[in-house]
Amino acid sequence: MAGPRTLYDKIWSDHLVREDEDGSALIYIDRHLIHEVTSPQAFEGLRMAGRKVRCPEKTLAVVDHNIPTLDRSQGISDPESALQIETLAKNCADFGVEYFDESDERQGVVHVIGPEQGFTLPGTTIVCGDSHTATHGAFGALAMGIGTSEVEHVLATQTLIGRKEKNMRIVVDGELPDGVGAKDIILSIIGEIGTAGGTGKVIEYAGSAIRSLSMEGRMTVCNMSIEGGARAGMIAPDETTYEYFRGRPRAPQGAEFDSAVEYWKTLCTDDGAEFESEIRLDASKLPPIVTWGTSPENVVSILGQVPDPTKIADEARRRAMQRALAYMDLAPGTNMVDVEIDRAFIGSCTNGRIEDMRAAAAIVAGKKVSDRVNALVVPGSGLVKAQAEAEGLDKIFTTAGFEWREPGCSMCLAMNDDKLKPGERCASTSNRNFEGRQGYRGRTHLVSPAMAAAAAIAGHFVDIRDWN
Amino acid sequence: MEKFKTLSGVAAPLEIMNIDTDMIIPKQYLKTIARTGLGKGLFSELRYDDDGNDVPDFVLNQPAYKNAKILVAGDNFGCGSSREHAPWALKDFGIRCIISTSFADIFYNNCFKNSVLPIQLPQEDVDKLMDDANRGANAIVSIDLEAQEIRGPDGGVIHFDIDPFRKHCLLNGLDDIGLTLEEADSIDSFEKTASAERPWL
Repeated sequence: MAGPRTLYDKIWSDHLVREDEDGSALIYIDRHLIHEVTSPQAFEGLRMAGRKVRCPEKTLAVVDHNIPTLDRSQGISDPESALQIETLAKNCADFGVEYFDESDERQGVVHVIGPEQGFTLPGTTIVCGDSHTATHGAFGALAMGIGTSEVEHVLATQTLIGRKEKNMRIVVDGELPDGVGAKDIILSIIGEIGTAGGTGKVIEYAGSAIRSLSMEGRMTVCNMSIEGGARAGMIAPDETTYEYFRGRPRAPQGAEFDSAVEYWKTLCTDDGAEFESEIRLDASKLPPIVTWGTSPENVVSILGQVPDPTKIADEARRRAMQRALAYMDLAPGTNMVDVEIDRAFIGSCTNGRIEDMRAAAAIVAGKKVSDRVNALVVPGSGLVKAQAEAEGLDKIFTTAGFEWREPGCSMCLAMNDDKLKPGERCASTSNRNFEGRQGYRGRTHLVSPAMAAAAAIAGHFVDIRDWN
Repeated sequence: MEKFKTLSGVAAPLEIMNIDTDMIIPKQYLKTIARTGLGKGLFSELRYDDDGNDVPDFVLNQPAYKNAKILVAGDNFGCGSSREHAPWALKDFGIRCIISTSFADIFYNNCFKNSVLPIQLPQEDVDKLMDDANRGANAIVSIDLEAQEIRGPDGGVIHFDIDPFRKHCLLNGLDDIGLTLEEADSIDSFEKTASAERPWL
């Protein structure tokens, strides 16, 4: 292909098995992550058609969505969950796929363990039957969530049918103020572009504020691309990325690592490459963000107020806002810092990594959780948990009155016992505030780990910039 | 896969923006290992009250719409998770076509794998069909995939666009895994080239 290309253009063309004149294409998949909820029907399909897994060595399975986060030594009491987890174990054994079960220290949220193991690598195509697969784009990979039929397609053929999406770039320049981080960047972006703003597009995040983020922070940003409608979000690899992979179990080692880095260095958008759309944000002006409604685009500064639907001209939008405020039981004009919470959840594929644990622990140290709040910390993986415990973070949390749990998706989607009761209000580091997401009639406010920790202590939302 | 050629039935109006997949099929139904039987969980938090009884106001509980085959919905239908349980639940309930101004990408894709047709139309066409759908049992809408046409109760015809490959698969009920497996030689040769260029993978 002639002319300057984007990062997405390059990875796309390096993975084309075939592209027809009408744009329909077959792309090769380098890495396939699977979990218990979206894979059973795919394996069943393979069995019924007498098909095999084409590349078991490019497939990695883990249990995360459904798994209890309390003591697992007694087994899983919910028979449906237990069956789903047993089914994954059996499918992996039958089809020769490596599986991290609930007793494996490497077990954790699928989007935390992939990078941790070096299974995720720059320049690869990665899929998983989970919409937050975009997380892996932080490493300069093309990573997309897929449905179960596509999981079956990838298992059988190691390819995906698709067509190229449009290029969108979001440039975040400037220096982040203290107390403002990756979660605030991505929530601000979603507020700006809307929940469908990235539909049909692959987003490249660029700019000095993105470059200055750690890999953990970059994963938080890419993770929520889907909340802006984009199936994939990505960041060009750089020294931070290369260093992350040095010594990871499944990353290339020695001379092979060096030749991989040479290739990774080519993975950047060329000067003059064209984007169908571009958005710019000034990081230095971003406040800590909290959501007020039931869509991730419903964002406001921590110093802001609940919006007033009567000021919305568009009827469909006004009705959506009225519905959201009724669900959330919030009155227009309420200061966000006056909103009291009942629960706090720190964890998930968005914010369940070691840096998130550290950020929350720094807020909590020497303080106590408010009497009105039940607060939960769920590390993203067994390895994150072990690292946090080695640093003494678990003690900081438990001394303050937080519960310290086993790794899993937990109250991000509330498929296990970790869920809100009807009417409960939660400061959550997860990614979705949809109606019922964290439990039937539960009310979710999306925030950063530091903001969730501070709200757990204070009993209401607070401006983390004033915390001491 | 089941073929999809034509469809005629009641269209139900669901005038909510950003209907997400948690709303379409909440998490408690995702513990199944089957593709079928999810219709009972479709829109369950809107459809049932705290005691599990039908909410009479909810559109699919109203007598006129209990057998709806088509849904006319607000913008950005199907946003959120990748759960294919969403189209499985719609199909199990009897809904084979959703009409909106826009769909989330993964949901849109998942529909085609299950012989459910998502139709994207300009706002004015969706508004017209929403009016039609509000006529209750008289809201009979017909869809002809081959002709790419929607016929409303007044006989008015609306044309819709669809990707030719997806249309072909729906009309013929094709299993795309079978089609791709026929390209095994191309996949083999891609793998050879790629592993020479990127041996660390």
